[in-house]
Amino acid sequence: MRTVSAEKTAHPVLIFWIIAGWVGFCLLPWYMVEDGLWSFQWLFDGYPFDEDYAPALFLIAQGEKLWLAPLLVPLLMPLLVMRRPKADPLYARVLILSGALGFGWLIAQGFSIGIRGFNYDWLEALFGDLKIRQFGMGYGAMICASAFLFLLTQGIAARGAINGDVFVVSAIGGVIAIVTTFVFFPIAKMLFAAFVTEDGAYSISVFAAKFFDDRLWGLGCLWGARCGAAWNSLFLAIAVGFITTVLGLAFALVVTRSGFRYKRALRALTVLPIITPPFVIGLALILLFGLSGSVTVFFAELFGIQPTRWLYGLPGVLIAQTLAFTPIAFLVLIGVVEGVSPSMEEAAQTLRANRWQVFRTVSLPLMRPGLANAFLLGFIESMADFGNPLVLGGNFDVLSTEIFFAIVGAQYDQGRAAVLAMVLLFFTLSAFYAQRAWLGKKSYTTVTGKGDAGVHPLMPTGLAIPVLAVAIGWALFTAVVYTMILYGSIVELWGVDNSLTFKHYVTAFSVRIEEEGIRWTGAAWDSFWTTISIAAIAAPLTAAVGLVTAYLLTRQSFAGKNAFEFGTMLSFAIPGTVIGVSYILAFNVPPIEITGTGVILVISFIFRNMPVGVRAGIASMSQLDKSLDESSLTLGANSWQTFRKVILPLLRPAILAALVYSFVRAMTAISAVIFLVSAKYDMATSYIIGRVENNDYGLAIAYSTTLIFVMLTAVGLLQLLVGRVKIGRRTQLASERMK
Amino acid sequence: MNRMTATLAGSLIAFTASISAAQADKLTLYCSAQEDWCQLMARSFEDATGIDVDMTRKSSGETFAQIRAESSNPKGDVWWGGTGDPHLQAAEEGLTMEYMSPMRDQLHDWAISQAESAGNRTIGIYSGALGYGYNTDLLAANDLPEPSCWKDLLKPEYKGHVQMANPNSSGTAYTTLASMVQIFGEEEGFEFMKGLHANINQYTKSGSAPIKAAGRGENTIGIVFMHDAVAQAVSGFPIKVVAPCEGTGYEIGSMSIIDGARNEDEAKKFYDWALSAEAQNLALQVNAFQVPSNTGAQTSDKAPDMSTIKLIDYDFVKYGSSDERKRLLQKWDEEVSVLPQ
Repeated sequence: MRTVSAEKTAHPVLIFWIIAGWVGFCLLPWYMVEDGLWSFQWLFDGYPFDEDYAPALFLIAQGEKLWLAPLLVPLLMPLLVMRRPKADPLYARVLILSGALGFGWLIAQGFSIGIRGFNYDWLEALFGDLKIRQFGMGYGAMICASAFLFLLTQGIAARGAINGDVFVVSAIGGVIAIVTTFVFFPIAKMLFAAFVTEDGAYSISVFAAKFFDDRLWGLGCLWGARCGAAWNSLFLAIAVGFITTVLGLAFALVVTRSGFRYKRALRALTVLPIITPPFVIGLALILLFGLSGSVTVFFAELFGIQPTRWLYGLPGVLIAQTLAFTPIAFLVLIGVVEGVSPSMEEAAQTLRANRWQVFRTVSLPLMRPGLANAFLLGFIESMADFGNPLVLGGNFDVLSTEIFFAIVGAQYDQGRAAVLAMVLLFFTLSAFYAQRAWLGKKSYTTVTGKGDAGVHPLMPTGLAIPVLAVAIGWALFTAVVYTMILYGSIVELWGVDNSLTFKHYVTAFSVRIEEEGIRWTGAAWDSFWTTISIAAIAAPLTAAVGLVTAYLLTRQSFAGKNAFEFGTMLSFAIPGTVIGVSYILAFNVPPIEITGTGVILVISFIFRNMPVGVRAGIASMSQLDKSLDESSLTLGANSWQTFRKVILPLLRPAILAALVYSFVRAMTAISAVIFLVSAKYDMATSYIIGRVENNDYGLAIAYSTTLIFVMLTAVGLLQLLVGRVKIGRRTQLASERMK
Repeated sequence: MNRMTATLAGSLIAFTASISAAQADKLTLYCSAQEDWCQLMARSFEDATGIDVDMTRKSSGETFAQIRAESSNPKGDVWWGGTGDPHLQAAEEGLTMEYMSPMRDQLHDWAISQAESAGNRTIGIYSGALGYGYNTDLLAANDLPEPSCWKDLLKPEYKGHVQMANPNSSGTAYTTLASMVQIFGEEEGFEFMKGLHANINQYTKSGSAPIKAAGRGENTIGIVFMHDAVAQAVSGFPIKVVAPCEGTGYEIGSMSIIDGARNEDEAKKFYDWALSAEAQNLALQVNAFQVPSNTGAQTSDKAPDMSTIKLIDYDFVKYGSSDERKRLLQKWDEEVSVLPQ
């Protein structure tokens, strides 16, 4: 552990952050530049003296924004201890003091002084009307804030926290800071609305009245009337979680442990639903099973029965969600099923267990982390899903749509939305804790770095047949649904005029070659390019944040780890609608003012999808034995090197899952996005919904179909890029694994 | 090595805070009408004045939620289109700005009275009458008589064939509820809603969903604004539009300038332009069948003929206020929605 051997007196990391702090303070524009991150117009536009573009130092020198001046003290302090050894208690103390002071002051001034002067009445009473305003934090302020944060973490590390490991302490500090900023802060702001009465006062009784509402907790469905949205959501989520886990496991088993020939096709099919924009599956199901759907009409004529609207309600939502979320369970489970080391199974076989016994007593129990995670994801996804209940819900009310319409519907009741969000959150968090209780403290480690030869045994025949039947049946169903979607994009008017045409694709994606080059004349290009670039920026960031978090959670122990884990799961458990509104509430005003930009979309995607990276990472990492890290550390590597050279390569399936998932979700998410898109940054999904609202089903489906192909290509490219995983020297099925 | 992660984390934080949208001398338009109409309005205004328009299209409820969330630091300038209630609500909450346009003398009385009921913080730009539409194929397939009045919908043979939106979530359905109360009186109006409840197959979330379902053949009769039903028929779906014989309520699509707009002058220019006859004639190009508020503007010949529709004297001030809305919705929740179907 290099960082503990404290004899060296040059601290490159410390010097880097000291310099960063000064650069942020003296060179970069302190406030947000209005023209965007990549516009460097400010360099030629009165910088560094113009008030809008000036660095903090220049502002203070000109007598402006004097409340920034105290920051000079914490910036100067670390210079005193730069040459001291880490073991010197003064070193740690000064760094902690300077980091905490600087960071704390930055936040305090950011929240106290906003675009209308002081934000709090008592401040105004104390100091009088300020008459000056300040805008959102820009490059300078942000880099300064990061510098203070990492000075603080280095100080804490120097005091001996986590064995003095600077990387781990900095990573924990960084993740806590960003999760607090982009998850806790906006959500807290939103949830406070539950206690606010109409005239702005706080009250518990308002909360109680909204909480004990019959529309929420009614049990009418037991005697023929309707049940409350809370019970509906809970029942639906449990069913979806269970079914998707079973189906996901079936697929994973077929792909890894059977002699089935068309694994590739099966794999491709299972991935399809995850890359499908919202509404499309619902529309296709209506076309098949709706009142005038082709299947319904066929059977109605065959048996001479009256067609019904059976699809609308629980059955429809359940089918659509199972279609949509099985791939998530599959992606989680495939890593785990592959990760179970064959040596364990071979050991059991050597002890004369038959294949069924091996599967039941060795393989299956070792898959428990995967099963639990898959169930949890299915459960949460179903809870937060918004598109499918909207299209197919009928009179089956669920929490997510209720929340949406509490905010945007005729009620305009943010308080009710906040209460519903709390109930939803309670369910998802309970599921989260139930999962942890079920997994318990057992070890699921099987990849240990010791000899890991051998191949997975095939499934026992008694299991293989039903599993194969289920997988193939479901795959066929998926295929039919997608054929319908493709078909829907090339007919004139879906369900009415079935003559074939390509006109929807032409409207959306036409290009004209002119002298100046290609002109993108199609209606969809704007939102298309925005979507692609935002998804491409968000995906690697999401994977990085997610995996680092997973690493911290599985490999390090520190105070408050449970709260930390809770925080990282929070944004996933909250429906996008709530995230969308809370982001507007929180980030429309300084200190962080990013609404109407592309950044807010990227950030919302990172924190919405990060939990999948975290879960996938945790599931994979709990299978890697700690002795691998330890041997790396014993050989002199520090924890960053261990993470990069030992753990990361073994985590490729998890990385791939996180990358693919976040890219795809960024392209298909809708509920949060609908609040965050702006004129300049319109996303494909919100555009598609606009078309659906306008009866342009053909265009909407054509656009969706194009997105599906784009995502397929992207997923393929990602797989090539991340590379094939090879855990152990398993040869039998290697050629068919990880396409 | 530590440096790399640290740099990465640092640049992530820096990156997230620093991109921002360009805010030159432009107009940011929040549009709550249909997409192609919004696009056409934005582009035509650009052509007419040379002012760049940033347009975002969202439903009126979504836009209202956004304007309210942004109230301490408004990003939008003008909110054009969408049913009048949220505009009135925004005016009630002081989210929009008072403005007297010089174009007002060219407008219908109903557009002005909409403005006056909101302290001149909004104005009517189009109106549309409530009614219903039915799928002719399905009606024939089920041997059902053709309905022509509101009360026809209570007949037991329509059981499971009627759809309307949930008044709690949709402005259209709230207009329906308020219209029934005004047509039949509160007692009988609620009796009507109870009778209707028995025939309803689904309360949809969004206002125009019932007629879209009818277009696709998933539902027989949808209670919606008549221009939405006309749009379905014009798109090629087998939909027939009905103006109920007892008379009916209507909506006034509105426009407001957002309080604290960053481009107030451009916003006023747009406001005046949008009230002109030539701007309102643009509706003809995009299958929008509402009645324009400028007396000189043309109405599509496919649009429901307002002179043949019995319009009630809809009291926007009373039924648009949040107190009356809460009371009616609560009554509907307690007396109608809990009944068995």
